[in-house]
This record gives sequence, C-alpha cells and structure tokens, in this order.
Amino acid sequence: MGSVFFLSIRRLRAPLIFLIVSFAVSTAGFALIPGVYPDGRPWHPTIFEAFYFVTYTATTIGFGELPYPFTNPQRMWVTVIVYLSVLGWAYLLGSLLALIGDKGFQSALVTARFARSVRNLREPFYLLCGLGETGQLVAAALDRMGQRFVAIDADEARVTDLDIGDYATDPPALAADVTSPETLQRAGLAKRECIGVLALLPDDRANLAIAVAARLLHPGMRTIARAHTPHTMLALETCGVTEIINPYHEFAERLAIALRAPDTHRLLSWLAGPRGGRLSPRIPTPPGHWIVCGYGRFGTVVVRTLRDAGYDVTVVDPDEPPAPGLEIVHGLGSDRDSLVAAGVEQAEGIVAASDDDTANLAMAMAARQLKPGIFVIQRQNRMQNRSLFEAFAAEMTMVPSEIIANECVASLRARHLTRFLALAHARDNAWAAALADRLERVVGAEAPEFWHAIVSRRDAPGLLDAMARPGRAPALGDLLRDPADRSRPLPGVALLLVRPGGLADCPDEGTELRAGDEILFAGRDWARRAMRETLLNANTAGYVLTGREPRTLIGRLVDRREPAPGGAA
Amino acid sequence: MNIEKVVFGFFILLAATLNFGFVYGDIDDPLVHDQWELFAAVVVTLIAAVLKFGDRTHIGAVHLSSSLVALLQLAAATVAWVFAERAGARLTPEAMARVVSLAAGALFANVVSVVIMVIETTMQRR
Repeated sequence: MGSVFFLSIRRLRAPLIFLIVSFAVSTAGFALIPGVYPDGRPWHPTIFEAFYFVTYTATTIGFGELPYPFTNPQRMWVTVIVYLSVLGWAYLLGSLLALIGDKGFQSALVTARFARSVRNLREPFYLLCGLGETGQLVAAALDRMGQRFVAIDADEARVTDLDIGDYATDPPALAADVTSPETLQRAGLAKRECIGVLALLPDDRANLAIAVAARLLHPGMRTIARAHTPHTMLALETCGVTEIINPYHEFAERLAIALRAPDTHRLLSWLAGPRGGRLSPRIPTPPGHWIVCGYGRFGTVVVRTLRDAGYDVTVVDPDEPPAPGLEIVHGLGSDRDSLVAAGVEQAEGIVAASDDDTANLAMAMAARQLKPGIFVIQRQNRMQNRSLFEAFAAEMTMVPSEIIANECVASLRARHLTRFLALAHARDNAWAAALADRLERVVGAEAPEFWHAIVSRRDAPGLLDAMARPGRAPALGDLLRDPADRSRPLPGVALLLVRPGGLADCPDEGTELRAGDEILFAGRDWARRAMRETLLNANTAGYVLTGREPRTLIGRLVDRREPAPGGAA
Repeated sequence: MNIEKVVFGFFILLAATLNFGFVYGDIDDPLVHDQWELFAAVVVTLIAAVLKFGDRTHIGAVHLSSSLVALLQLAAATVAWVFAERAGARLTPEAMARVVSLAAGALFANVVSVVIMVIETTMQRR
C-alpha cells in the first residue's frame, strides 16, 4: 500500500506545486494591496487575513468581501485570484482522475490488496498456479474441503471468474506472470503457512519454473506439478517435486484399467470422483476389434494401451502416414466411408480420441448409427461441453482435466489416500468389486469422505489413555463403533493400515491397534466426527472399548472400590 | 546538467536561506524579523516538501521527513504569530521570541535537508 501512495503522490507533484504557488501569489498580492476602513482610513490586511480570504475564495466557498467592502484595485486582484485558483483545482482534479483511471495505478492497487490479504493469511494454505479447467476444478474441491488457497494465473478473466465465483473462503487471486519469482513470493510461496504448491499450467516450462522456485524459496514443501513430456517429468523429479501428473499417462492408465478391470475403474472413479457422485453401472469392455479415431498424443497412448490389453485396433486419422504394424484408414471418422473402411460392422468398440469435442461427438454418433450397441469411449476436452456428452451418454466418458484435478485433489484430501489408490490399481478386478460392494453397503451410494486416524499422543490422547487402562486390547473395529451406542457401527470402512514395518489394505476389523498406527478411513462425514470423539476423549474411548459408561472423578474413585462388594453379591 | 536536479537543489537551499534570514537577529526584537520573510519561507518549504514526494529510497525518506519537520515548525511559528498579532501594533518581545524560536527549529531541519543534499551529491561518482 505504501508504494501505491507514493506512486500516486509522485504523479501529483506538478499540480500540487502549481496550487501552492497560486495560493502564495494570491495571498501575497492581497496582503500588499491596501483597502479602506468604512471611515476612509487606509486598511492594510495582515498576511493571515489575506490567507483567510484566499482560502474561502479559492475553494469556491465565497463568503464575500470581508471584513470591509473592497476597493477597485482589490477587486481586480480578486478576479486574478479566482481564475488562478480555478485553474489550479482543475489541474489537480484532472491529474487525480487521470491517475485513478490509469491501468498501472489500478493494477498497483490490486497487487497491493492481494499482497496484504496473503500477508494476513494465518492459516495453512495451498498456492494454486494456473486457473484453467483443471485449476478451477481443484479450486472448487479445495474450497469444499474448507482448505484455504491462494490462486495466480496470467489470464485476468479467469481471476475475475474466481473473484466473483461462489466460494466459501474468498480466496486471494492475482492476475500476473505466474513464473516470475516475485509474483510467487507475493502469493506467499515463502510463507511458513504455505503447505504446498500446485503447478497446474498447460505449459511445461512454466510448471518447471514454479517447481524450481518452490524448491529454492521454500525447501521441503509439498509440490504437485503437471507435465506433458517425459523430459519435463524427469526435470521435475530432480527438482524434488512430490507428485508429477501427466495427463496422457493418467488417461492411458485409466483406460488400461477400464479395459483390464472394469470394477477397479468403477471403484477408482467413484472414490476419487466428485463429492456426492454415485457408483457408475458396471459395463465391461468387450474384447475384439476396436476403432480409434484420432491419432494424436492421446490417440497414440490409447492405441498402445488397447494393443497391450490384447485388442485388435484400427486407426482412423486424416493425415497420419502409414506405419508398419499399424492399420490406418485415412478419414475424419465422422463419415460413413472411413468408418466402414475401418470395419465398424465387425467392431466391438470405438474410442473417439481427437482433441475436438464436436468431431468426437460426430464420430460416436456415426458409429452408433452404423452399428447399434457399439461400446463408445469418448474423450471430452472441454468442461463446457458437458451437457452434450451427458446427452449422448457414451459407455465411458473421460475428461482429462477432471482426471488431473481428481488425482491432484486426492493426494490433498487425506494422508495415504494416494497410496491406497495406487494399491487399488495393482489389485485385481474381484478385489475391487468386493470392496465396492462393501463400501456401498456400509457407507451408502454417495462417494465417501476420507480421513485418517493416527494413534499418537498428539492425535489420539483419549484412545491412548483408555488403552493404558487394564482390559481388552483395542481392535481396529472398536474405532468404528458409535460413541452414542457402541452396538451400532459407524458408516465407515478402514481402507489402509500403515504401521512401522508394513502396510495392509482393507485391514481386518479384529486387527489389534498399536501406538504409531496410521489408518485411512472412508465413510460419511459424521462418522469422522464421531471417531474424533473416541480418539480425543478418554471417557468416550473407555465406553467404546469396554461398554462402561463414562464416570466423573468421584465416580471413578467409587468405581475402584466397587468390585469387592460387587463380587461378593 | 539535469534541470530537475537544479530545481530540487534551488528550492531546498532557498528554503534554508529564507528561514535563516528570518531567524537572524535578536530573538525578541520585532524590528529585525519580517513577516514576509516567514511567509516566503513557509511557501518555499512547502514546495520543497512536495518535490521530495515519491522518492522511495532511504535517503529520499529522510529528506522528506526533514522537510515535514521544518513545515511543522514553521506552521507552529505562523500560528503563534497570528495569535499574537493585534491590528496596527507590533508584536511584543515575548511573542516575537516564541515565533523566532519555533522558526529556528525549522531552520535546523532545513539545514539537515541541505546537508543530506550535499552528502547525496558527493556520493555521486559521475
């Protein structure tokens, strides 16, 4: 703010000096020209009287000719004063308005306000770089989690969108060069409260620049970056980036899972998907002959994945040169001829993988017309076309920006969630089907919340106190009892148990708890709150473990003597 | 030669010299302290302060603060003068002494301004 004040005052120097000089000249002149008293004696106004008169005349207050009517020479001078002062004020006001309308001044004001609100941020926050489709999705997800964040993007329109968007936490946002270290520092990169940087720009160099700045200015901080080429991924890795997301790889991986294990795909897109999302119906991909329309960066990955999964692939692309070992039909894919040439009548499925949404829809519609019941996998490039894709209702629709955003948010939602999702990737279809069934039964149809419990002095003092008392050793399942009525289970499922010396997915409810255990849960939000009670409050923990009602201090003292008479009775 | 530097030096020096001219003489003798000289000193110090606006360096900040001090002292002297003034009569020696001692404080601040300017000039290596 200080710099803005100085900037403004610097630009007003000339009009201010003009005003001072005109006041000085007016005052001096008025004090020098003699007037007359009503009785005819000459009256010499003092400098102060002159200044008083000039003050109310120059500011257009105009009290009149005080204290005595003026002589003609005085009136001549007053005329000069009036014109001079009007000129001075016009000059000053004009400069002031020009300054306010000045783009540089406005952006200085906005930057100063942004820097101030970041400086005053006293909660942990994430620095979100890039507000494209992915960035916006991540921003919305962070806001829903109640997580504070600061956003920067080069595009002013996107920042304005965020400013007027429906957010609970009013995130500070700035339109500026995202890669400049100065901007990053202004956005709080080096602040202690900054717990992570998300570099989600479509430009690899920019993401790398952000990662480098984060490494140097705030070492050891969590960094998540998006990368599109293998060598950027390598460079990011050497920068110590915690997590690297490549949209093509993510897409291919998802597709590979969808082909190999449809239930795993269902489970993953439900768990990592948007809040309140439902488990999609189970549709296995039919093996056989497949057509891939569009052989760009996505298409290449798709073809490789399909072939690795043992499918027979024909590519339809307008200008891909023929390659050995690859069946290519030249055409757009949206016309009858090229699809027929690619063998659509015998095909089991089609992937519309071009980077043009309209073309993808046209291909899929043509394919469905030529072969009703063909399995359609759509690539949707832009979020704004969602309604069209929903109306078409392909068997599978993949939105790259959504995949990245979900991947990115998953790692921020709870500790070990990424680890669990990676584990789930590796498991087989039956395992995923069983888990999906179990989750749906225990937690409900809506996508669950995730949280973690750490059995430590800091995070679970109540449970540790209760564990120290004599009695049965607590099991994992005890945490999932309702503190209001321990016979009722909480709607939650333990997904992952991490303890020194090993980790187990879907641990058994009878597993004995030990100090230092970290457990990832999925379930309803109220179950998380109820479990918090058990972890923090020793009385609640005691009840949940043993079934004995919480006691006051006196009650506990009485309790200690009770067993003897109780045992005698 | 930079015309901006000339104007800057001119006003700072002129503020100090006018101030000195007003203060010079017996402190309580109304005959040797002219009201017009005080008026001129106020105006020129005001202009000098505005000229110092907008310099974000450390030395610029000290410059501006010394000018603001001088302005405050001169404003106090002027107010003291206006309160003591009776139409057609000279100021009493006590009133004069009060005005001049306030103006002398302003002189000190103005001299500091000049000293800073000289130091700044000698630091230039061109």
